[in-house]
Amino acid sequence: MGRTLAEKVWDDHVVRRADGEPDLLYIDLHLLHEVTSPQAFDGLRLSGRKVRRTDLTLATEDHNTPTLDIDKPIADPVSRAQLETLRRNCAEFGVRLHSLGDVEQGVVHVVGPQLGLTQPGTTVVCGDSHTSTHGAFGALAFGIGTSQVEHVLATQTLPLSPFRTMAITVEGELPADVTAKDLILAIIARIGTGGGQGYVIEYRGSAIRALSMEARMTICNMSIEAGARAGMIAPDETTFEYLRGRPHAPEGAEWDAAVEYWKTLRTDDDAVFDHEVFIDAAELAPFVTWGTNPGQGAPLSASVPDPASFDDASDRLAAQNALEYMDLTPGQPLREVRVDTVFVGSCTNGRIEDLRSAASVLKGRRVADGVRMLVVPGSVRVALQAVDEGLDRVFTEAGAEWRHAGCSMCLGMNPDQLSPGERSASTSNRNFEGRQGKGGRTHLVSPQVAAATAVRGRLSSPSDLDATTTVEV
Amino acid sequence: MEAFTTHTGRAVPLRRSNVDTDQIIPAHWLKKVTRTGFEDGLFEAWRKDPEFVLNQPERQGATVLVAGPDFGTGSSREHAVWALQNYGFKAVISSRFADIFRGNSLKNGLLTVILPQETVDGLWELTESEPDARFTVDLVERQVRAVAADGTELVADFELDDNARTRLLQGLDDISLTLREEELIAAYEATRASFKPRTLTV
Repeated sequence: MGRTLAEKVWDDHVVRRADGEPDLLYIDLHLLHEVTSPQAFDGLRLSGRKVRRTDLTLATEDHNTPTLDIDKPIADPVSRAQLETLRRNCAEFGVRLHSLGDVEQGVVHVVGPQLGLTQPGTTVVCGDSHTSTHGAFGALAFGIGTSQVEHVLATQTLPLSPFRTMAITVEGELPADVTAKDLILAIIARIGTGGGQGYVIEYRGSAIRALSMEARMTICNMSIEAGARAGMIAPDETTFEYLRGRPHAPEGAEWDAAVEYWKTLRTDDDAVFDHEVFIDAAELAPFVTWGTNPGQGAPLSASVPDPASFDDASDRLAAQNALEYMDLTPGQPLREVRVDTVFVGSCTNGRIEDLRSAASVLKGRRVADGVRMLVVPGSVRVALQAVDEGLDRVFTEAGAEWRHAGCSMCLGMNPDQLSPGERSASTSNRNFEGRQGKGGRTHLVSPQVAAATAVRGRLSSPSDLDATTTVEV
Repeated sequence: MEAFTTHTGRAVPLRRSNVDTDQIIPAHWLKKVTRTGFEDGLFEAWRKDPEFVLNQPERQGATVLVAGPDFGTGSSREHAVWALQNYGFKAVISSRFADIFRGNSLKNGLLTVILPQETVDGLWELTESEPDARFTVDLVERQVRAVAADGTELVADFELDDNARTRLLQGLDDISLTLREEELIAAYEATRASFKPRTLTV
């Protein structure tokens, strides 16, 4: 019987296999950031161990970094101490680090792909659940805990128990106003936050093949919000074109050998998935969340659901709790929900195409009075590209704030936070209670919906914007 | 890692599904660079509510958390496991755990036990009506036992693969075990394709 893409990549990395034991898997790329690594480095020191492969390890500063005044010392002493700890650890153990102020600094899941380090058929880990992003290249990529970070630093391997395989096939063409973000939010609403538990999901079908690399990263990024171990998309010409010429992509004969291997990385026709989901792309619409987990979402054209409409008792209770926290009423049209803040950024939607998409909606328009809009590029390279294209001016002329690169308001570890009761439309990945700041209320949206919402002050898609609000420029 | 064989203690019913790791330990606690000192951050937002179950006098000193489905979703932060342990929890029971949280818990000796939701419902009812009821989580027998005041016992077997169980029972250090495979790791490295990415030239 044939094998799936995920099984092929797994099999290619087995260092040791024994009955009744997890497989020992080799890790091709280990990404680090300041939050989940300090205790791992401490562990190495306590045991007198080294980093086995510094040449397969890369660190960046992203979670704590401020997005304003980056030339000044970091105001929060605890954040500063954590960043300084990473700098000391990387210096001591010989790990390459891109610090705040470095041109390659940025959100770890933006930096890996843009450097060309994320490649098809590799295993990629990071102490961060959104490592699933890298699966867009046909890599087997997953988030790990700090104990596993220490394990990979010391051994470049991980003992892992087997996974199940799920195919999510999206056929047809996405409607014009529907983006990858809408698609993945709809998928999570359909299969639930636990629907992917134990699975590696492979996204396939004509609608997936038609997506750009950056859109594919948005999809794979949120696999974890469906509970999946990882998300993957088979590499194709789109993947190869994205990688060609990047700083760490192979060159010359190495490139040819790599592409030859990468072309074998597809699910065999006779392979069988443990579970399959089919989605008709044409039926999708702009999608937003109304609740406090990423599965609590609905088309923008819908209304806030009535908790009583849920069959399952725990879903019903969860919806009740969510509406109370979000201060929403059943039957309230989602398009009428007013927001205070709009956040464009994160490892989900902080890439150049996301900024272009938001800018195309904002161009010639103004952010509504009383609405604060933050635009935070995913990396310094993304920021430079945006400036090159004049996108920063589109944002600032519309009244949005153009910030420096980092994780920012996705999780509010730096000063970019919501106040209690403040409501956001956010292109990030999690609408958990308090995620963006204590008492903050989050609606997850696409960059287009974020921009349209900023203009109208209420959850909106670009098609809701009155033509009269457009000023020719 | 601390070994886990069997533990007996009182329980805390947490009747919520999808308890994500941001609820277990909010992000601002993640700036600490140690594995200890997270107890005050555990369920920080919910603990501000005097009605929250952890604030009830009869739950003080309880060590077994009985949670709703999909416990530990979201962020991979191992701090969530440390916070539960720092607070005093030895075991968490749920009908479904998020994968990364579960992996993290077993690596730290916090036993996560999967039981059917009907069984969890029964455990909730017991501890809610009898907060003093003793819950035993027995890894040797792979069994949860809870005894009511009238002597009736609720017994439920759980599954945990032999490998994970052995590691927990003996408190084995994963890294030491893997380092015994040095020759195999080196042999694998010798076969890796030269086009594989490198972050630096050494």
